[in-house]
Amino acid sequence: MSRPEIQVKGLHKSFGDNEVLRGIDLEIGQGEVVCVIGPSGSGKSTLLRCVNLLEEPTKGQVFVGGTEVTDPDVDIDAVRRRIGMVFQQFNLFPHLTVTENLTLPQRRVLRRDKAGAARTAAENLERVGLSEKADAYPSSLSGGQQQRVAIARALAMGPEVMLFDEPTSALDPELVGDVLAVMRRLAREGMTMMVVTHEMTFAREVADRVVFMDGGVVVEDGAPAQVIGNPQNERTRHFLSRLLDPAMAEVEEEKS
Amino acid sequence: MTAADVPIQPKKKGLTRRQKRRLSRGAQYVVFVAAVIAFAVSADWGRLKNQFAQWDIARQMFPDVITLALKNTVLYTVSGFAVGLALGMLIALMRLSSVGPYRWLAGIYIEIFRGLPALLIFIFIGVAVPLAFPGTEIVGGTYGKVALALGLVAAAYMAETIRAGIQAVPKGQMEAARSLGFSPARAMVSIIVPQAFRIILPPLTNELVLLFKDSSLVLFLGVTLEERELSKYGRDLASTTANSTPILVAGLCYLLVTIPLGFVVRRMEAKAQEAVR
Repeated sequence: MSRPEIQVKGLHKSFGDNEVLRGIDLEIGQGEVVCVIGPSGSGKSTLLRCVNLLEEPTKGQVFVGGTEVTDPDVDIDAVRRRIGMVFQQFNLFPHLTVTENLTLPQRRVLRRDKAGAARTAAENLERVGLSEKADAYPSSLSGGQQQRVAIARALAMGPEVMLFDEPTSALDPELVGDVLAVMRRLAREGMTMMVVTHEMTFAREVADRVVFMDGGVVVEDGAPAQVIGNPQNERTRHFLSRLLDPAMAEVEEEKS
Repeated sequence: MTAADVPIQPKKKGLTRRQKRRLSRGAQYVVFVAAVIAFAVSADWGRLKNQFAQWDIARQMFPDVITLALKNTVLYTVSGFAVGLALGMLIALMRLSSVGPYRWLAGIYIEIFRGLPALLIFIFIGVAVPLAFPGTEIVGGTYGKVALALGLVAAAYMAETIRAGIQAVPKGQMEAARSLGFSPARAMVSIIVPQAFRIILPPLTNELVLLFKDSSLVLFLGVTLEERELSKYGRDLASTTANSTPILVAGLCYLLVTIPLGFVVRRMEAKAQEAVR
């Protein structure tokens, strides 16, 4: 592994008195696909949002492609152009058509000309299999289609890294497959990906590494077969048993 | 007594609920008809017709009432609206600023200009400003003064409307724009404001209707014959003809514009409801 594409060093993040991240160290190599799993409130989404500085870390450093994102003097807009992000709620721009969703950021942020932006938009819509929806408005698309457009929009900016924040959690179960197929293809093409997800099948089959987080720290980090197939930590085992077989869970006493 | 013991169908005693409801509705109709009859009988229709519905007087108002008075009313309204929108936008953004003094300044402006009668602001622009800055002329003469006075009033209301519209755009939109590399300002202009304007189009159109009516206050600035708008024109003609028909005609001209605008607003609101689903 050469220089890591994403590097997180001693990352802390607090919201008021609530310490969500308590010292995270993580490296993701070029072309690597890392799935971050863990119970809700474990800080995995916050970690992801710290990578492109949507959340400002309280302490610690984040590097993406060798640039320190957390440097106060960094041109954060320039750094973010290299980092694509896909949200749970898609966040397409509802007042623009699918094509305009892809072309407007290219034109305004990258200053591409009209023809170039349109070409890139068409290429990326084809990549996610939605060329025929080019002129539709987001509200007329299904959740799965909207999420694929959101992926295409991020890809049209030519990112070196893609962040996925629970990309399938807001989807109807039968629509999850299409989105995962696009992501799998992207992984195969060599994109560096950091994916917060609950899709264990995807993590097992596509990820190079799986990171299990709980209580703001990385509990386990390793190959999918190891972390999911043969977890060493009790907390990982507990979480996975609940996730893989939710019907078998027992009622537990809430500990505060 | 437990809930199960409460009888759902009480024993019939006197009128049933449905009969009572029908009776009450009947009574309301009777009151309404009685009021209309009382009004029709007590009013002196002959004198009213003499004073307000003289056809020849009404006829001699045309075409000036449209080509001059209504045209000026529209001109004053539109220029006031434009000034108000620009200033309102600025104040709304100041109100949402992370810089404290900007927020306070915007807040103070909104409180002052929402709390003052529009009439007072017209007088202030017409009298106080020339006194305070002798020699300075507000560009555009009367038109400039009206645009400024109406704009100052409208901006306070519009700023609050625009602020609410901007805040109604989901937070994820700003996050998506920032994650694509938009600067905060560019995201605001390209992504947030266009969506906010869709949300606030109905209240903004309402504001246009209000301004349309408030333009009558130009009366207090002192205008030349060519600068008269509907109210002033109607009143002037009413005093020269010693008859109130021009007032009625001027009123109808206002409604000619405000009623269709109101219709448009309701259509937009219904459409917005539909879009939300």
